[in-house]
Amino acid sequence: MATTKVEALSLNAITKTFGELTANDAVSFSVHQGEVVALLGENGAGKTTLMNILFGQYTADSGSVAVFGQTLPPGNSREALNAGVGMVHQHFTLADNLTVQENITLGSRPLLSPRLGRSAARAKIIALSERFHLAVSPDARVGSLTVGERQRVEILKALYRDVRVLILDEPTAVLTPQETDDLFATLRLAIADGLSIIFISHKLHEVMAIADRVVVLRHGKVTGGARTQDTDTKALAAMMMGVEAVPPQVAPANPGAALMELQGVSTPDVGNAPGLRDVTLALRAGQIIGLAGVSGNGQAALADVVGGLRAAAAGQVVLNGAPVQSWSPRTAVRSGIARIPEDRHKTGTIGDFDLTENAILERYKTAEFSTAGWLNWRKSRDFAEGIISKYDVRCPGADTPIRLLSGGNMQKLILGRVLEAGPQIILANQPVRGLDIGAVNYVHSQLLAARDRGAAVLLISEDLDEVMALSDVIHVIADGRLSPGFERGSMTPAQLGVWMAGQGFDKEMAHAS
Amino acid sequence: MEIIEILFTASFWAAAIRIASPLIFATLGELICERAGVLNLGIEGIMVAGAFAGWMAVYSGTGLWVGVGVAMLVGMAFGALHSTLTVPFGLSQHVVGLGVTLLATSSTYYAYRLALPEVTSPPKIEAFQPFEIPILSDIPVLGQALFAQTPFTYLAFVLVAVVAVVLYRTPLGLAVRAAGENPNAVAAQGLSVTAIRMGAVIVGSGFMAMGGAFLTMSAFDSFFFGMVNGRGWICIALVVFGSWKPGKALLGAVLFAAFDALQIRVQQTSFGAQIPYQIFLMMPYFLSILALVVMSRRAEVPAALMVPFNKGER
Amino acid sequence: MRLEPIKNPSLARSFVPPLIALTATVVIASLLAMVAGANPFSVFGLILKGAFGSKFSILETLNRATPLIFTGLAAAVAFRAKFWNIGAEAQLYAGALMTVVLGTGMLAWPSFAILPVLALMAILAGAIMLLVPALLKTRFGVDEVVTTLLFNFIFLLFISMLLEGPLKDPMGMGWPKSARLIPEARLPRIVDGLRLHWGFALALLSAIGIWIIQTRSTLGYEMRAVGLNKQAAAFAGIPVNTVLVKTALLSGGLAALAGFSEVAGLKGSLTLDLSPGFGYTGIIVAMLALLHPLGVIVAALFVAGIFVGADSMSRAADVPTYLADIMLATALLLMVLAIMLTRFRVVRD
Repeated sequence: MATTKVEALSLNAITKTFGELTANDAVSFSVHQGEVVALLGENGAGKTTLMNILFGQYTADSGSVAVFGQTLPPGNSREALNAGVGMVHQHFTLADNLTVQENITLGSRPLLSPRLGRSAARAKIIALSERFHLAVSPDARVGSLTVGERQRVEILKALYRDVRVLILDEPTAVLTPQETDDLFATLRLAIADGLSIIFISHKLHEVMAIADRVVVLRHGKVTGGARTQDTDTKALAAMMMGVEAVPPQVAPANPGAALMELQGVSTPDVGNAPGLRDVTLALRAGQIIGLAGVSGNGQAALADVVGGLRAAAAGQVVLNGAPVQSWSPRTAVRSGIARIPEDRHKTGTIGDFDLTENAILERYKTAEFSTAGWLNWRKSRDFAEGIISKYDVRCPGADTPIRLLSGGNMQKLILGRVLEAGPQIILANQPVRGLDIGAVNYVHSQLLAARDRGAAVLLISEDLDEVMALSDVIHVIADGRLSPGFERGSMTPAQLGVWMAGQGFDKEMAHAS
Repeated sequence: MEIIEILFTASFWAAAIRIASPLIFATLGELICERAGVLNLGIEGIMVAGAFAGWMAVYSGTGLWVGVGVAMLVGMAFGALHSTLTVPFGLSQHVVGLGVTLLATSSTYYAYRLALPEVTSPPKIEAFQPFEIPILSDIPVLGQALFAQTPFTYLAFVLVAVVAVVLYRTPLGLAVRAAGENPNAVAAQGLSVTAIRMGAVIVGSGFMAMGGAFLTMSAFDSFFFGMVNGRGWICIALVVFGSWKPGKALLGAVLFAAFDALQIRVQQTSFGAQIPYQIFLMMPYFLSILALVVMSRRAEVPAALMVPFNKGER
Repeated sequence: MRLEPIKNPSLARSFVPPLIALTATVVIASLLAMVAGANPFSVFGLILKGAFGSKFSILETLNRATPLIFTGLAAAVAFRAKFWNIGAEAQLYAGALMTVVLGTGMLAWPSFAILPVLALMAILAGAIMLLVPALLKTRFGVDEVVTTLLFNFIFLLFISMLLEGPLKDPMGMGWPKSARLIPEARLPRIVDGLRLHWGFALALLSAIGIWIIQTRSTLGYEMRAVGLNKQAAAFAGIPVNTVLVKTALLSGGLAALAGFSEVAGLKGSLTLDLSPGFGYTGIIVAMLALLHPLGVIVAALFVAGIFVGADSMSRAADVPTYLADIMLATALLLMVLAIMLTRFRVVRD
């Protein structure tokens, strides 16, 4: 695609350290006008830090950033914006209480200017949204928009500021395959106008589809690069991880009785997050059920119902053949449900508690760890130390605050905490998000081992590849509705994508009527 | 029946507006802070400091408006202290706010004792006088209630309009509202969250001090201990009651003040004389709690209120 | 600038910032003393002498520290669970009220029977006093800071009403003051002849008891979990709202003991000036103690010393006593900053 050889952006020997950690180590690369460069790397490889430096959120220890030959002053987002650098963050940077237009124009005029210049701004936004097929009303409150619409606002924000180099951080993580195609269509229009793009993604087939060139970052250093026309996804994966990715070897499942069933369960929406709509699902012994879907489509509600945090407003939850009466996290744990939460920092652990205190978090009230309201610290510590050795948690000791541990070790402690009791039902919500490849393999092998000893596993993930690799049966969730179960290997990603976009349901309805 | 009659007198509404004025200043100040994402519990102490500073300035011979300016500057200084600790350093807004209230109150009393060591009854100053706005003040009932107030009261009403316009019609107001909802949105557009939040707290604290100054310069005409008497805390309730909107906050302050004015008058009726006066004095506080209970559920709290912002952290 | 957590802070990191904070407090107070025309060295000398210079002054400091230990514990317990009880003043008066209602003749029992009952009933009164804001928070989401603050004003007016009405001492010559406690309802002195009552011992015991509860009991574990990470606590199955209510009951009860101990140990009757802001000062005590129950004892002695010392300094050096309040407010603000700096370093972006 790169027709001209004008250098739009160049990063020169960027180095940034945080304490003892070197996040970026003399990183250099450049992007030409109209070129799309994909930045690949595992979590913690230093991509986010690099982009924050490029965008002026951080100041590099050394090195410089130049846009169209002009060196940017370090640590100044405003200058980066003025020079034409735009960034769409993975977590949208929108204020829900403001309208689309207010979000787009925020900061575009000097703060002390007396007027907002609303009519001119409005005309420009409408012109841009028509030209780049980014349909969204300028007067809508951002709080009422869907995820896809919010992303359009983010891109409009950049276009409004006359962006020349656009950084997209995991832009497709929240989109269906079809929405991703729309996004790419918009981007191609802008590229044809001379926009340069840095595209950060884990989804290698998308990288192959949109990027001209790939730069690989590992442990803060540029370790490789290639033109996409000269490479393939397998080679890219190897470059990114430093090893060949080995898909887990999964033996055929041997499903048994239904241990837990949701029968026609509905829950109310919470704010923008949809609840469940008439969901029926059976978790069977010796089987991994995978839940695919774009984030924010009811996964949280389903996880909450299974994990005991939310009760069904309609329908019922059946455990081992009997409907549950009062449903709480504590009853869920007592009923033998192992719960691996989506966010290990915010909900899985208490950062300032040590490993012992975190290990007993779900069961400090049981006779094992306390009597008549008084804790038995000796037994608790023994329990924690057991987990530490059995699950290979790397830490200075059981009295270390857990916030000092890496994500992988934190997750191992959580695994140990929930698996030690030999649970019959396992709820694994995004169990490998943000982990490096070694920890990913470990978590997956633990889930498979639990399945093989007869546990029922519900795996919730936004990573379709992970769901397809591990699950014996896949359900898709879209806007709180659950698709029928699809046997392993019976669906292609594109076919699942149709369901993820919420379209399969309508056909099913048409069939029924 | 007496009570109904009271509601139709100009003097009753004039009193309500007078009682509302200091609350309007301080509520606006707190509203600005909270819109930017900072809870300012320094409000009570800052009002004490403002009350003293304005009064002291006039007592030492400056003009009335200079006194108002002095009060505002003192308030802004405490706002600078509060915001330095809570914004870039991200310290607990609860603890810092209470600390600032304590510091402002005690240093005010210290200064008062140093300035007037021998005084038992505090001296009065030549305070703001009512100014009847021509024509408008001749409107029956309403005219005397609204347009025969002191210029300081008129300023309170003007300020509500100014704050509303700035908040909803200027780039600055847009940035303040965004900072209280999602500071990342502000940072991503190249603006400094720290500067916006600190600025909001400093200006807001200036308004709080003006609210305090109103007490000494347009209501009681002198300074004494305990004169703010929980008005700051009431203003925090008024911000919630007003759903963080200047116009609604003004309405809340006037309604609240009308109730206060009413209870003062009911106390003096034959019916009121049978009830211990403390019951009447409790009413404003109960009313504030009631307002919080009613509004807390449905009010749209700024999403990032009390959430510190550390750049680059998501 | 940006704050970056320090993973393994050095020893110097842990001690230097708090020391600087205390030094700065002293320097600021000295400057203010100089503004008042006094020599800062003599001012601090007078404060020290006034607080700890004689047997009388030490006893005075211990007496002043007693209610502060209770209110400090009340704040420390609540703040640990991030329940912002700023209403210790009202809870203190609730305890005092209960003590005079029952102890001025209604219960005519011997000391060993009446004192525990009075203490327990005072605890109950304080607990109920804080139950209302706690339920408003858990049921309606009303911020407890403002409600507890407002209840301070309401309850003081309520006390004033009672003291001018049903509780007014007929022998009080018109002063708003309750009748005196019967002799059996008075807390005896620990040592005959020394002006220090058993309330002080009760305060020390309470601090130790709270420390044991916090570190050994499931309730203490729950309170810490809720304070550190509400979301994770709820996920793990800790009933967050129930824990908050229990915390409130405990905190309110502790503050009420301050009122009981002041009335039964020191004053003998209830007046409107029973507490010169012990409830608010307890917050400073708790913060200076880093919310540690045993630290509360030390902090309360320190704070009481400053107040007692400043009183006598003020008489001798003609510097307003408010200097003590300024010192404490400054120490509080600088200390929270210093504690943060022991765990974070300030870096440029």
